[in-house]
Amino acid sequence: MRTDGNNLPPTGGRWDWTPVLLLPIAGAAGLLLTPSLSTWITLTSAGLAMGMLIFLVASGLTVVFGLMDVLNFGHGAFITVGAYAAFTAMAMTPGLVNSPALSDNLIALLVALAAAAASGAIVGLLFERLFVRKVYGDHLKQILVTMGGMIIIEQVVLMIWGPQERLVALPPALRGVVPLGEATIEKYRLLVIVVGLALFAGMALVLSRTRIGLLIRAGVEDHEMVRALGYRIRRLFVCVFVAGAALAGIGGVMWVLYRGTLSAGIGDELITLVFIVIVLGGLGSIVGCFVGALLVAVISNYTAFLVPSMALVSTLVVMVGVLLWRPSGLYPLK
Amino acid sequence: MTEAVLQLSGVHTHIGQYHILHGIDFVVPEGEITVLLGRNGAGKTTTLRTIMGLWRASRGEIIFAGQNLVARETDQIARAGIAYVPENMGIFGGLTVRENMVLAARAGLFDHRRLDWLLDLFPPLRTFWDLPAVYLSGGQKQMLSVARALIEEHKLYLVDEPTKGIAPAIVDNMIAAFEELKRARITVLLVEQNFEFASALGDNAVVMDNGRVVDSSPMSALAADATRQEALLGLAFEADRG
Repeated sequence: MRTDGNNLPPTGGRWDWTPVLLLPIAGAAGLLLTPSLSTWITLTSAGLAMGMLIFLVASGLTVVFGLMDVLNFGHGAFITVGAYAAFTAMAMTPGLVNSPALSDNLIALLVALAAAAASGAIVGLLFERLFVRKVYGDHLKQILVTMGGMIIIEQVVLMIWGPQERLVALPPALRGVVPLGEATIEKYRLLVIVVGLALFAGMALVLSRTRIGLLIRAGVEDHEMVRALGYRIRRLFVCVFVAGAALAGIGGVMWVLYRGTLSAGIGDELITLVFIVIVLGGLGSIVGCFVGALLVAVISNYTAFLVPSMALVSTLVVMVGVLLWRPSGLYPLK
Repeated sequence: MTEAVLQLSGVHTHIGQYHILHGIDFVVPEGEITVLLGRNGAGKTTTLRTIMGLWRASRGEIIFAGQNLVARETDQIARAGIAYVPENMGIFGGLTVRENMVLAARAGLFDHRRLDWLLDLFPPLRTFWDLPAVYLSGGQKQMLSVARALIEEHKLYLVDEPTKGIAPAIVDNMIAAFEELKRARITVLLVEQNFEFASALGDNAVVMDNGRVVDSSPMSALAADATRQEALLGLAFEADRG
């Protein structure tokens, strides 16, 4: 007779809540320093939305690094490709995109997200085969080759879609604000937060409740031992790499709709923040990546309002502070 | 004569520019415990890692169940029927004890009787079943590492220093566990520096020095000959025997 071992008595575990507490602490500090509650709500919602975007893009990259020790500096290419594919999909569904009905707009957005995810995944698969596979175990080559791969992909994007910056308008029902007392929150930011939370919950469920999630968590800690247990870790890595590229594509389209313009260099804009977030979150940790992304974005937003010249510096200060406190990041896995 | 499950012939291993193994030859007979002995740096761990494909043999043959393992991937070697307990135990600290065991049971489910047998052999694993393994003590992690290898039946078990750095009481537990395994006639290639542990369990002894096999004999013969032990094993075992 075989069992899954769940019949044995639970013995409990411990969850480290301390890094999560940084979020309400940052929020409370922001509330004390901003002049009004409505300003604080606007800043916080914008920060959370930005944090979700960073998380979407960073989540795949952090697992790829944790699982196979691969530094992919070309991750921004998937953002770009996803954004352009979504732009094309939206251009092909003008009736849904320009309709005043929310349902039509959401369908158009879903189509765009699917196009972004699919194109990100396909380019991710090719990228792994052509560039990453050749340079396992050599960080210097990984940096050079993946950066080169990103330049090639950006040039292909320029060839296909042209060099001009394009305006990307939100579908009508997603424009405007939702009043919250005296404050207002942009509808699209709320949507980004909901999408980000849904994807985080989905990832958390896959990682904690499925066998493939178990393998990914184990592989991030010690991929050599996972191989010694008889699992094909390279195949798992390719799956994770492709899924990460698809998520970056989704992040790309959400980011383009957030900022309203699209150009071939869009992938480069987020990538510095993405690397900061995966380092301070703890390499390979999805939860660390999520908390880190929200923390960086919210603090950056408060700082940009209070001391605009310090906005970029605040991100680095957060990273240095976290690493001084926890040198391996908020949720270290190794 | 007992059939060999594993046979190494003229195995050389290079790690970077360093030549670590210089033509290793020995056999592991089926149903017996073969102990690899030798001083620190003799090449014992490298031998196990080479068998598992974690380091590539640059020359020679590693024949396991009729197949040459050289040039095979580690996961293929594991699936061919070899379980491995590494020197650093290879425990996934972020995973619970149960999850560590689930991963080792590749079918996804445990054999109920085998699980009960292991949890009786190593009671702390039952106590901390749902606790992340990072919170286990060194000895408990070692028990988990051995139990994880044993949860499924394999043709050969490679075990690297199961007594390293653990308390004497837990070493006794480990001896009891391996004695039970020995009665079950499982095949083990054990790396061990604790000679008391090695001689209590081993059927055969293979002594290494400087990346070469310098002696191969029944364990009973080596255990009975103090002069040969001194000559072959040198100062590394002084503390253990003292």
